[in-house]
Amino acid sequence: MPALLAVRNLEARYGETRVLRGIGFEVAEGGITTILGANGAGKTTTLRAVCGMVRTTGEVTLAGQRIEGRATEDVVRLGVAHVPEGRGTFVQLTVEENLRLGAYARRDRGGYAAELTRVYKYFPVLAERRHQVAGTLSGGEQQMLAVGRALMLRPRLLLLDEPSLGLAPLVVREIFRIIRTINREERVSVLLVEQNASLALGLADHAYLMETGSVVMSGPAAELRENDAIRRAYLGY
Amino acid sequence: MDTLIQQIVSGLATGGIYGSVALALVMIYQATDVVNYAQGEMAMFSTYLAWTLLNAGLPYWVAFVATLAIAFVGGVLLERILIRPVENAPVLTIVIVCIGLLVILNSVAGWIYSYIQKPFPSPFPSKPIRVGNIYFGAHDLGALAVTLLVLAGLYVFFRFTTLGLAMRAAAQNPVSSRLCGIRVGWMLALGWGLAALVGAVAGMMVAPIVFLDPNMMAGILIYAFASATLGGFTSPGGAVLGGLIVGVIENLVGTYVKFIGTELKLTVALALILIVLVVRPSGLFGRAAVHRV
Repeated sequence: MPALLAVRNLEARYGETRVLRGIGFEVAEGGITTILGANGAGKTTTLRAVCGMVRTTGEVTLAGQRIEGRATEDVVRLGVAHVPEGRGTFVQLTVEENLRLGAYARRDRGGYAAELTRVYKYFPVLAERRHQVAGTLSGGEQQMLAVGRALMLRPRLLLLDEPSLGLAPLVVREIFRIIRTINREERVSVLLVEQNASLALGLADHAYLMETGSVVMSGPAAELRENDAIRRAYLGY
Repeated sequence: MDTLIQQIVSGLATGGIYGSVALALVMIYQATDVVNYAQGEMAMFSTYLAWTLLNAGLPYWVAFVATLAIAFVGGVLLERILIRPVENAPVLTIVIVCIGLLVILNSVAGWIYSYIQKPFPSPFPSKPIRVGNIYFGAHDLGALAVTLLVLAGLYVFFRFTTLGLAMRAAAQNPVSSRLCGIRVGWMLALGWGLAALVGAVAGMMVAPIVFLDPNMMAGILIYAFASATLGGFTSPGGAVLGGLIVGVIENLVGTYVKFIGTELKLTVALALILIVLVVRPSGLFGRAAVHRV
């Protein structure tokens, strides 16, 4: 499969600290790739680097087009939807207004209604609460809203930053189930960053392991799951 | 009783003007956490432009609309040229830029137009309007109507249009807005443009009452501060309502409390700011700032 996203030699620093030390990875067209790693490994920075939220050196290629150094707003217009760390909810706006904003960068205004129906089909609870102020939603509902907002773009590539963080296991399972459906039925490629390695490896078809700013291991998710070092350090059995 | 109603209506008219300037302050404050101290002078300068256009022979409403357009573009340009370079600077830096703008606009207006007061026409008849047995100033009623119309227009814009929604989003959460593809910088500039436009309306509506001079907005800016404080700096609707309340209080206190009269009216506004800040710092309709730790 050709790579939808290809990253080579990516470096980023916050002040003097090098957070990414020349990493490289790929997301296959229609695939789910996960980046695992402990806190501070540079996973979030990697996602932020892909959509121009931090200054970087190196190459980021989306569908054959170099996108490093572009403004976030422009990367979004190429069909990259980022569900950020902390969900990025517009807490004072209603659920439906949040979703409307997700479709802001789309050129075809007509698709909005169809997209909204689709998102409400995936997340019926959002339809129930469409006129509610988003800040009053529970953590799990806000995570659904964040995924829903990203889907409104009808993205080619979905970047997910720790969607499981702080949520009850049942809610997490539900969200991961929907991510899988979206990936299979709509062919949205996914780049998932997770600390919960067993969940992520269960969902993804390809995985990378990051430690302090470098990729230290990569391979098919099924292989990494069987790897002894990964099992001990990240899966805990 | 008649005097009371007259004073309330006239208070609502000036209150609408305070509320407009307060709304302009709140719009920029919500987007950038900075109070634009030059808001009053921007309104004053727009009013002088309107005066120039009127003197050139343009009909009132043509000059009115043209002034709004110029004020809007001017507001956008000011943000792009003056505020953009210090966007990420500490708040105090931006405050100093705003105060600098205040002084410059004031001086330039004085330099071009002189500091001598000029009369500014009202588009409304000078004959009072009689409702029942009570006479109302036509300009009071007209100014109130124009102000409310502009505010209603803004409400519809922010509530129902995608651009208005994007501007609200950009003010609340710039990072998420960028991730939705919103050009946050331009949204801030548009906010400055709209604030300048609202200020221009206020300037043109108040000038027939206070006369045109470079310092005409100084007092009004203080009332606007009182209005925004009373309504809450985080609530646009509250700021407008605060303006109406301040306008009415100011008029009633000036009329019925003998020792205050017209000379001490401004003190009422300042006292109001103090009282609100002590009793309810977030204002009547504002939300207290909550930070997660």
